[in-house]
Amino acid sequence: MKAGKLFGAALFGLLFGFLLQKGGVAKFNVLIGALLLDDWTVVKVMMSAILVGMLGVFTLHWLGKVNLHINPTRIGANIVGGLIFGVGFALLAYCPGTGAAALGQGNWDAILGMLGLIAGSYLYAELSGWLTRTVETWGNKGKLMLPELFHLRRAPFIAGFAVFLILLLGVLKAFPR
Amino acid sequence: MLPQIAWAAAPAGTDPRAYSGPVWSPYIAGAGIGLLSWLTFYFSDKAIGASSFYASLAGLIGKVVAPRHTASLKYYRDNPPKLDWAIVFIAFTIAGSFLAAWTGGEITNQWLHPMWVARFGDSVALRAVVGFVGGILMAFGARLAGGCTSGHGISGTLQLSVGSWIAITSMFAGGIVSALLMWRV
Repeated sequence: MKAGKLFGAALFGLLFGFLLQKGGVAKFNVLIGALLLDDWTVVKVMMSAILVGMLGVFTLHWLGKVNLHINPTRIGANIVGGLIFGVGFALLAYCPGTGAAALGQGNWDAILGMLGLIAGSYLYAELSGWLTRTVETWGNKGKLMLPELFHLRRAPFIAGFAVFLILLLGVLKAFPR
Repeated sequence: MLPQIAWAAAPAGTDPRAYSGPVWSPYIAGAGIGLLSWLTFYFSDKAIGASSFYASLAGLIGKVVAPRHTASLKYYRDNPPKLDWAIVFIAFTIAGSFLAAWTGGEITNQWLHPMWVARFGDSVALRAVVGFVGGILMAFGARLAGGCTSGHGISGTLQLSVGSWIAITSMFAGGIVSALLMWRV
């Protein structure tokens, strides 16, 4: 890896961890609270990130300054993988990114989760040949985006979606946590 | 002010809201992460993600322990394990969180959260097993789904990927049902 790339990864990783912790989402109770529908901090952080990120990344893409990095839509794998992920999320209470942040703030139980994440990654690799021939072929739609799904042009869809997210954040503001 | 959704009264000591709140507004922190994604796209040609850190680490360990077997696996043929951007990114996420907690006086230095102790007792071994199994399921699910709560939940959703919106909805559906069963039954 080139020095510039390495420096970028280090600096941006540092900022990511800093923001996660300051936003409160490195905390055990905040993450479990999200899954118990008691604490909306996680949703507030995510929706704010999506709103700001969407507007900037698509503007930069429109200007020809960045590439998009869209994961393919595989409906079967997205649902089955997502549900399995969710069970694991409830058991550990930290997700892969917030687990790293939880460790950084001194939640030592995150270490066991991170070891599990390494083991689970290898387990997936063991079965990856079979999974790519089966589950990952179910409902394979390629790089499908929401505007195409609704047969709308990208710019007006983004404008409308931004308004929706702002309204959603306004509703979330009524929840103290 | 709207009431909080309450499925059942929280058993003693397990109310997740019993804390003083995040240091920064979650809207500010979230907007900051959105801004950060502009930077990773522009300067690194990368989307923010976390789960590939663990997949790359697992591959690097596999390469040392069982090099021929690891090289034979489809996932590692397609994604040869190496010291990549994701590994450095998440390694520094740990450091960034430490800096934030340190400057905010929020270093916890604890194995078990009081909420966990109130519900499941003070056995570190139990927490270790549950956390380890949780980690295994989460990584397996993330690889199958094609990303985690960062890669799909932030980066994919902000790029309006249909699969990312399906994945993050499924993640929370699985997580909410499991958490309610663990904590509120």
